[in-house]
Amino acid sequence: MVSVALPILIPLVAGALSLAFWQSQIAQRWIAVIGTGLLLASTVYLLLQVQHEGFVVMHMGDWQGPFGIVLVADVLGAIMAVLAGITGFAVAIYSLGSMGDGHERFGYYPLLHLLLAGVCGAFLTGDIFNLYVWVEVLLVASFGLLILGGERAQMEGAIKYVALNLVSSLLLLTGVGLVYGMAGTLNMADLAYKFSQVEDTGMITVVAMLFLVSFAIKAAAFPLFFWLPASYHTPPVAVSALFAGLLTKVGVYALFRVFTLLFTQDVGLTHTIILWGAGFTMLTGVLGAAAQFEFRRILSFHIVSQIGYMIMGLALYTPLALIGGVFYIMHHIIVKANLFLVSGVAYILRGSYELKQLGGLYKSSPVLAMLFLVPAMSLAGMPPLSGFFAKFIIVRAAIEAESYWIVGVALLVGLLTLFSMVKIWTEAFWKPTPEGVAIIELPGMRRAMLYGPIMGMALMTLVIGLYAQPIYDLAEQSATQLMDPSLYIEAVLGDPASGLSPSERLIHDAAQAGEAAAGNGAAINGAAGNGMEGEAP
Amino acid sequence: MEPLMAFVVGGLYAAAIYLLLRRSLAKLIIGLILLSNGANLLIFTAAGLSRGAPPLIPEGLQTPDAVVADPLPQALVLTAIVISFGVLAFAVVLIHRAYEVVKSDDLDMMKDTDR
Repeated sequence: MVSVALPILIPLVAGALSLAFWQSQIAQRWIAVIGTGLLLASTVYLLLQVQHEGFVVMHMGDWQGPFGIVLVADVLGAIMAVLAGITGFAVAIYSLGSMGDGHERFGYYPLLHLLLAGVCGAFLTGDIFNLYVWVEVLLVASFGLLILGGERAQMEGAIKYVALNLVSSLLLLTGVGLVYGMAGTLNMADLAYKFSQVEDTGMITVVAMLFLVSFAIKAAAFPLFFWLPASYHTPPVAVSALFAGLLTKVGVYALFRVFTLLFTQDVGLTHTIILWGAGFTMLTGVLGAAAQFEFRRILSFHIVSQIGYMIMGLALYTPLALIGGVFYIMHHIIVKANLFLVSGVAYILRGSYELKQLGGLYKSSPVLAMLFLVPAMSLAGMPPLSGFFAKFIIVRAAIEAESYWIVGVALLVGLLTLFSMVKIWTEAFWKPTPEGVAIIELPGMRRAMLYGPIMGMALMTLVIGLYAQPIYDLAEQSATQLMDPSLYIEAVLGDPASGLSPSERLIHDAAQAGEAAAGNGAAINGAAGNGMEGEAP
Repeated sequence: MEPLMAFVVGGLYAAAIYLLLRRSLAKLIIGLILLSNGANLLIFTAAGLSRGAPPLIPEGLQTPDAVVADPLPQALVLTAIVISFGVLAFAVVLIHRAYEVVKSDDLDMMKDTDR
């Protein structure tokens, strides 16, 4: 079952190799492409394996869970890992054409690999403290990427990003500490089992709030999203795209994980809070975007607004809503990363991200205009693109759950998203090039490196839209697993029906094995014991 | 022992949040340091404090014969200390660089990216 560890090991090894070739940019570039390519291949393999065989579980160091750390890939975790692989691979190729010489020389590629390792680790771990550690790994890497270049705006953005994310991590640590104090275990499956046996669940809900606040900061949900629009438009665009695709989604994934597996004691309270948060997140994000006139800032605010749709799927907590949420994550990561990549090409062609300075891109590069239109219309939810089906499932789930106000918010936000996208389209692509703006031509090789990933991801958006059924089936599989925590518990710890709790059963088994082995092992034990006594002073 | 620790942890959290709400960058960092120390002590306390009971299994037995201290919280705290040391070292360097670039310690002077 080593396949579940590969998506973590490959980027770690690739990162270490890039550090070893610190002097050689060419070697680092090759390692970046090959490393992320291998990562993508390993995650796809993992997803296929999870689909055919069910949960893939690995007990690290052969220490049985719940005592050792386990890596667990369920369908949701594997889907997220594949998306991390896709984004990582696309961004690595795009970086070859867009990253400045200075950035490459000061450790861009090692940090890229480290970030991907942290993200995949967070998606695949089955241990709540281990989740905290992986989140810190990806945070440290993201800090480094965010300030690479050292401009004033980057410093200002980084301070807000770093401060709020550290507070969020410390809240998570507080929550983990309290959970350990209550349950005496950190294994998520064991926790889920123990929490399901508790009668008085008041304290669990209190701790759940700590997790909610912590992951909501990371997911940039209302009212805790302020760090995101303040920082995401400052680093080099490849970094922005990587962050936009993956970082907030770690928070969303963690919310999905803990609020379907661990904290389902008081759904009426916790998930209602999440639902209100989702509504306000959608609305504030899209209104913030309407007020902006900088390409990447508009897109940053739209990340916030789209996060609302995903956690709305979680908040409604019906099978269809979870399907919608997972489908939305799949659609969103690809579309949002792609839009940032397009904004980077527009920047290279016109030398600015300000919509006022952009213009005439439709005339000078019609291919780019088409490549913008696909993800932009998908983001707004135009059929037959991926965003339409994502929104359709979620809205239908909300109607079935009879939460009509959130349906209204979701549809209104879709309309305002269309407004923002049309604003970018008319300003950057349709209007004539403003006077005095230099038009830069791209050489052929660089063009291929920039356009290749954008085309690939636009194609994926089309495929998700046109062949929505297989993607829907995938999301349905993950939702089935999320709605029934006993599947997860059983996969990690074995059948809980034997009456003993998982940890008790392991102790029981170990004691039995010990008794059986005691007869023939006594001589060896005795010899070892004597040896130790002999050495003692 | 636990009530005393609870007050210490509560005091650390309160002081940390007060400092985080100040405008000065240096106080922000001190607040984060206090918060991480508070969180570490909280893990330690929440898992239960016990003295003079090392988690050792006597010779010839498979399980400990009496109540022993739980060694895991110490491993967690150690990990958390290392991580927070790393990220806080980064944060200190970051505010130093930001101070050099912005020429101010005041968060209100850092609104360029919010416009």
